[in-house]
Amino acid sequence: MSRYLTLSALAVLFLFPLAWSGYASLEEPADYLRMARFGEGLGTYAGNSVLVSAMTVAGTLVVSALGGYAFARFDFPGKNLLFLATLAILMVPYATILIPLYVLLGYLGLQNSLAGLALVFVMFQLPFGLFMMRNAFEALPRELEEAALVDGCGTFRAFAGILLRAVRPALITVGLFAFLASWNDFFAPLILLNDGASFTLPVAVFSMTSQTMGAIDYGMLQAGVMVMAVPCLILFIVLQRHYVRGFMSGALRG
Amino acid sequence: MTVTSRKVQGWLYAAPTAVIVGALFLAPLVLVVWMSLNRWPLLGPAVLNAPENYLDIAGNTLFVDAVFFTLKYTAITTVLLSLVALGLALLVQERRPGVGFFRTAFFLPGAVGFAAAGLLFYGMLNNDFGPIDPMLQALGITDEPVRWIGTPNMALFSTITLVLWRFAGFNMLILLTGLQAIPAEVYEAARSDGANRWQILTRITLPLLRPTLALMLILSVTGSLLAFDQFFVFTNGGPDNSTVSMVMVIYREAFFRFDLGGAAALSVVLLVVLVAINTLMLRRLR
Repeated sequence: MSRYLTLSALAVLFLFPLAWSGYASLEEPADYLRMARFGEGLGTYAGNSVLVSAMTVAGTLVVSALGGYAFARFDFPGKNLLFLATLAILMVPYATILIPLYVLLGYLGLQNSLAGLALVFVMFQLPFGLFMMRNAFEALPRELEEAALVDGCGTFRAFAGILLRAVRPALITVGLFAFLASWNDFFAPLILLNDGASFTLPVAVFSMTSQTMGAIDYGMLQAGVMVMAVPCLILFIVLQRHYVRGFMSGALRG
Repeated sequence: MTVTSRKVQGWLYAAPTAVIVGALFLAPLVLVVWMSLNRWPLLGPAVLNAPENYLDIAGNTLFVDAVFFTLKYTAITTVLLSLVALGLALLVQERRPGVGFFRTAFFLPGAVGFAAAGLLFYGMLNNDFGPIDPMLQALGITDEPVRWIGTPNMALFSTITLVLWRFAGFNMLILLTGLQAIPAEVYEAARSDGANRWQILTRITLPLLRPTLALMLILSVTGSLLAFDQFFVFTNGGPDNSTVSMVMVIYREAFFRFDLGGAAALSVVLLVVLVAINTLMLRRLR
């Protein structure tokens, strides 16, 4: 019984900040109206965030599914080197890679670009995505693919038509991680985006704390926090099983 | 199918990975080293000036202070985070009714973005707007508003509280995977030999958990050494630059002092230090 008391007390401590933020943002519904008109308008920032997240999720899924298939089923020169290079992304500090990326994306004409930001997110998601997808393809029985190849399908038809469906749980996991990372990330958009109209939500809501005129509008700030947090909370609760599985198989052994 | 065509096909499937890794990871890695050897202003042409950017680091007092501060923050955070995560994991390791709810409750802050969590605490600990001060005063614990981010020590304390709230569940999940890999028979054998709870924890659970603990420590140390969001968003480095982390100095060097070459040199140093620390920890802990 005392165990449940301890657990309940701890649960209150962990849930209280979320509950308070939700309450504080709703205390005056006008908070949300003011936030909607903040800066370039909530629609712009949320739209940017949705766009970046959608591009990141799509890009991560395509690249890591193709790559995972290659690493699970094919032998090619440089295979191990490429795999190590991809895993090495995990070893390098975020800042170390973003400072030169700021310059490099400028060379490529992708400065202040949401597509450029999404590409950077795809790169950061690749170690996890590639690892997860390689394991998922390796776990499939070879017969599944061989049957399709005997039927005259090329490897791509076998891949797109049959294998992709079989690795759908892994795709959901990789997509979920890609979404959470790109939706929530603060450092990369802070560095790579420099025009208010292209800000994503975390950078835009953060800029509410540095308003030059007047005091900080705390109610509006918590409304912003909720707009960022609620989609993640819902997604996490709905896809919790996929999250935990990805965690156990990929995030840990990676 | 011939071996050659399988090789070509393999390459084609791996090509997008190779392009992304090559263009967005390996190329910047080379570029950052090159930038660190140049006077590289945010705008305008770069001029080779090696090794000036590296020599400047010793005289960059903000960075030197940040190194000590970041190490202190890393040590405190890692110890507290490990203890809290271990406590939580031990509390929810057994399958009992309701345990799933508690696991979710402890993890839920981890689903919120770190910047969003920082802004949440920024409001929650505000003296005029937040609920914490009135609650503490109503309970008679304090009789005046607490300066949550107003003094160096309190700012560090508040930030660590934020980090514990945001990451304890995440680390609990790591430890749970390790705890669940320990066979139940081991516990049963220990209990039938008359071991008490403390003996079971220190003689069985912790030694068998060692690889998982090592992973958690490495993730926590790495994450703390690279701390940025929590200080940038929540304390903004204050008061009086007392909570400026290493990555924050890199950011300021690049985008406030417009010195990308200096920022690149600091980034290279950070990379070398991080790889060294991780290698050392892997050796010791495995």
